[in-house]
Amino acid sequence: MAEPQKKVVRLDELDMGFSEAVAKAGGEKINLCIQCGTCTASCPSGRRTAFRTRQLIRRAVLGFREPVLSDKDLWLCTTCYTCLERCPRGVDPTDVILAIRTMAVQSGHMLDRHKNTASLVMKSGHAVPIDDTNRKTRTSLGLTEVPPTTHMFGNALAEVQEIVKKTGFDKLVGYEWK
Amino acid sequence: MTMATQYAFYLGCMIPNRYPGIELATRNIAPILGIELRDMEGASCCPAPGVFKSFNKPTWLALAARNLTIAESMGCDILTLCSGCYGTLKEANEILKTDSEQRDKVNNVLNEVKREYRGIIQVRHIAEVLYRDFGPEKLAGMVKKPLHLNVAVHYGCHLLRPTKYREIKSPERPRFLDEMVESLGAKSIPYRDKMLCCGAGGGVRAAALDVSLDMAREKLQNVKNANADLIVTPCGFCVFQFDRGQIEIKDKTGIFFNVPVLHYVQFLGLALGLPPEKLGVYNNAIPTDAVIKKI
Repeated sequence: MAEPQKKVVRLDELDMGFSEAVAKAGGEKINLCIQCGTCTASCPSGRRTAFRTRQLIRRAVLGFREPVLSDKDLWLCTTCYTCLERCPRGVDPTDVILAIRTMAVQSGHMLDRHKNTASLVMKSGHAVPIDDTNRKTRTSLGLTEVPPTTHMFGNALAEVQEIVKKTGFDKLVGYEWK
Repeated sequence: MTMATQYAFYLGCMIPNRYPGIELATRNIAPILGIELRDMEGASCCPAPGVFKSFNKPTWLALAARNLTIAESMGCDILTLCSGCYGTLKEANEILKTDSEQRDKVNNVLNEVKREYRGIIQVRHIAEVLYRDFGPEKLAGMVKKPLHLNVAVHYGCHLLRPTKYREIKSPERPRFLDEMVESLGAKSIPYRDKMLCCGAGGGVRAAALDVSLDMAREKLQNVKNANADLIVTPCGFCVFQFDRGQIEIKDKTGIFFNVPVLHYVQFLGLALGLPPEKLGVYNNAIPTDAVIKKI
């Protein structure tokens, strides 16, 4: 039989300002949470994974900064916003999750696959760029080979690239300009 | 004759680059509806709401604002075909219209590319336009070919939620899309967990494909159990998840559902009597032939 785990949490391991930082990053109402669990009960991701919205919020409120930011389960929310609509305290849990995610990215916890998605936008203007198959499909349907987007207009792509340089997104993602 | 309503036609990524048939269908049904679509030249990714808002909010807002300024310079409201694009552009537009501090910050960034957000247009989703400006009765009156099919309606989360940034305030049990499907002669069948997410959003498809596909699998199983002829959704990303997703699910689990998927504009086009070739219904991973033969 498994022994009950004893875990001592030292106060100096906690970041008491963490929930305030989450609030500032866009999860304004995190401190209103009463741990009812409506969010977890509503979560389509939590049904099939270990992702627990209530637990995430509790840990954030208690100040477990690093464990919260480095937890890969943070990235299992599909942003369906069901919890946000149902939360009886108006915590807006999805906004809390999004805020914590931006802080995770800021702290260097961005997933490689997400860096890839971000890089595609910087490179082409599209998170899902055109490919050879769909160039052909478009042509066969009588549409222009590429859509009239950043794919067709080089100056438009240059604008997108100027904007991400200005916001520092390229550096945040570690994108290398070629 | 009344003037056609003009819209700035926002394509996004998934529709022009993976499901161009949906773009074609929209271009072909527009004249019948009295809508004039004007291309938003040089538009980019919206950028994806659950993804880019998770990475860096100022960048998300600035790129969305750039897209909005393209429509502003055309003097038209934006029309989107994807719930994700709608989510980003609608929300960014509302934030920028009401929050002067954020607007100033964004305009400081946009100044770099000689653009300015002014807040003079609306962002619309095709489903919302068809429901509110046309309505099921008017659509029913336009039907040339009633579609006697059993349809599993899928709304797509970002069309409905968060309601604080949506026009149609019905997050739990909406009916409007079911009404619009039934107005075309079809039956919207009930199925278990109808409001379940497709599983693609929030960067989950990129981060954890297995989890993402498991959500789609559950939904597809429920649709299959209800004997639906097809899934109809007004979201490009949900189309992708359910259509290509079925191939991925088959490769991973051996389960093959073989449920055709159409975007609502394609479904509407069929009811309006347009030939399937003009609606781009033959480019899906799951063939739609069985559905086309039935009508």
